[in-house]
Amino acid sequence: MKLYEYLAKQMFAEHGVPTGNGIVCTTPEEVEEAARKIGPCAVKAQVLVGGRGKAGGIKLADTPEEARARAEEILGMNLKGYIVDKVLVDPQIKIEKEYYVSITLDGMAKKPLIMASAYGGVEIESVPHDKIVFEHVDIATGLMPFQAREIARKIGLTGDLADQFTKILVGLYRAFRKYDAELVEINPLALTDNGTRLIAADGRFNVEDDALFRHPEFPRVEEGTELEKKVRAIGLAFVQLDGDIAVMANGAGMAMGTLDTLAYYGGRPANFLDAGGGSGVEPTAQAFDALLGTRPKAIFVNIFGGITRCDLVAEAIVQVKKAKGIDVPLVVRMVGTNDVRGREILAEAGIQAYTDMGEAAKAAVEAAYGKGA
Amino acid sequence: MAVIIDRNTRVIVQGITGSQGQFHTGQMLAFGTNIVGGVNFRKAGQEVHGVPVFATVHEAVEKTGANASVMFVPAPGVKDAAFEAIHAGIKVLVLIPEHVPTQETMEIMAYAERHGVRVIGPNTFGIISPGEKVKMGIMPNHIYKPGPVGIVARSGTLSYEIAYNLSNSGLGQTTVIGMGGDRVIGTNFVDALELFNADPATEAIVMVGEIGGIQEELAAEYIKEHVRKPVVAYLAGKSAPPGKRMGHAGAIIEGNRGTYESKVEALTAAGVKVAALPWEIPDLVRDALK
Repeated sequence: MKLYEYLAKQMFAEHGVPTGNGIVCTTPEEVEEAARKIGPCAVKAQVLVGGRGKAGGIKLADTPEEARARAEEILGMNLKGYIVDKVLVDPQIKIEKEYYVSITLDGMAKKPLIMASAYGGVEIESVPHDKIVFEHVDIATGLMPFQAREIARKIGLTGDLADQFTKILVGLYRAFRKYDAELVEINPLALTDNGTRLIAADGRFNVEDDALFRHPEFPRVEEGTELEKKVRAIGLAFVQLDGDIAVMANGAGMAMGTLDTLAYYGGRPANFLDAGGGSGVEPTAQAFDALLGTRPKAIFVNIFGGITRCDLVAEAIVQVKKAKGIDVPLVVRMVGTNDVRGREILAEAGIQAYTDMGEAAKAAVEAAYGKGA
Repeated sequence: MAVIIDRNTRVIVQGITGSQGQFHTGQMLAFGTNIVGGVNFRKAGQEVHGVPVFATVHEAVEKTGANASVMFVPAPGVKDAAFEAIHAGIKVLVLIPEHVPTQETMEIMAYAERHGVRVIGPNTFGIISPGEKVKMGIMPNHIYKPGPVGIVARSGTLSYEIAYNLSNSGLGQTTVIGMGGDRVIGTNFVDALELFNADPATEAIVMVGEIGGIQEELAAEYIKEHVRKPVVAYLAGKSAPPGKRMGHAGAIIEGNRGTYESKVEALTAAGVKVAALPWEIPDLVRDALK
């Protein structure tokens, strides 16, 4: 889960990382008041989308009255689908130079990875590899200050600025560990005050979803479309795609393989849905019902029963059919645990089920677009 | 023959008294696994399917000589339970649960490495050696047969589909290893390839990969250098859009990293036959074994 900029900066500040000490506001009156304390400022929309500046979500103001006027424009605006209800009022700063520093999870090394560069202010992906310093951290030991000093040296910081950088990185690592982050990034890490001070001018802080259970302090932000939120609320992994054949499969790999197989035969999948291993009748019926509600050209259900029982999936489908009717073509493929019983249950309800994955996928494509499509 | 586990492996089940733990203990026993005990601190002294429940892993190891553990405890308890198993001297640790926080998985891996413990998972269906009648995991019993193929997979159900097709074509398996779908995992493709390459009973290797990360690319490098047995692969996620997490935490294309094309290219260059569809695998294996 991504944290809003203001929360990210609050986490930085709590761990000794200097920020602009901006003030978060929800009304134009608060913004005017904040600008009176801060002086010339930037009014920044608090939404989790990239390219806020270009979309009109960040505006500069030199006086409190101007800040209020800008806030009236930004608060309540629709920024790429998100309604702005908070702004951060940050001081305008004069930047001498922009650095970059981040900590991420390196899956291959199985260790946290620090990246730092003297070429900040742009997406790190666009910085040449040899201009980035990479340093892994032994998670059992933690980040040692000498590592931070070494990184400071390699990005060209000396003297007092190197000390500041070391303190910032050690604090950043503490925050990364404390809040189970999957990414903390300061970009730019700005050199200001005539080259005497480093501050976090902008930042990202992503807390890992699997660790949110122990971080109730953060307001929950759910990303995704309405349909994605609805199906995920059932507890299933779901991604909306731009095709027109709705898909339900069990297991992430199987669901991906099912989309690929449909695409191979010319189908356009409308979604990725992992209906889970060992889900009961009720969640499966809810997920199936949600797919039906999207008005697809066909629905393709592909189940390889391991811990998932085919008879329960069949019952879920029949339950939805009895309650609401199924008015789009439905193709079911079912093998594995209790598959014979599952296919019987479907047959009794007038639904034919396949055993061969390829034949079933072809049938689903034909059902959606007609023969020879 | 098999890799990692065999008929002599003495297995305990951590979290044996939960509903998943009970059910799969029954399934593992039915397959022939030598389960010598279970662990639940509050339910010590009870039995599950005739298997004694011990208070701690240390107690289970003392009383049974257990050397492997399969874990069914809820994700927030996995780190503690894994450290307990490693501390007690367990040498093979299979972590079934999904949603273990990644930083905790990293801590488990660092501790396991210091103690020379092999970890499989987390977020895995486990490991099975059909000829040895042993499994530590949640895979369905009936789809496997003894035979010459080693399988290593990132995904459960997709590997079931492939194992089932292989068995139906008369191609059984030495061992099937589920690596797990998380970003940080214990045993990866390269580790499994090394084991299968050295196992005299394994004549061909099947990799079931997917988009995300660079595991398949590293496997390709390893195959080119070291593997002298035929390798066949199926990769899921060809039609997945970039930037979307496809169920598994590790299955995401980030920027130009982790794409289907990059993996196919790397594996093909290493001499691996990549199947376009899952059910093409048996024919490719059969051709390779000729």
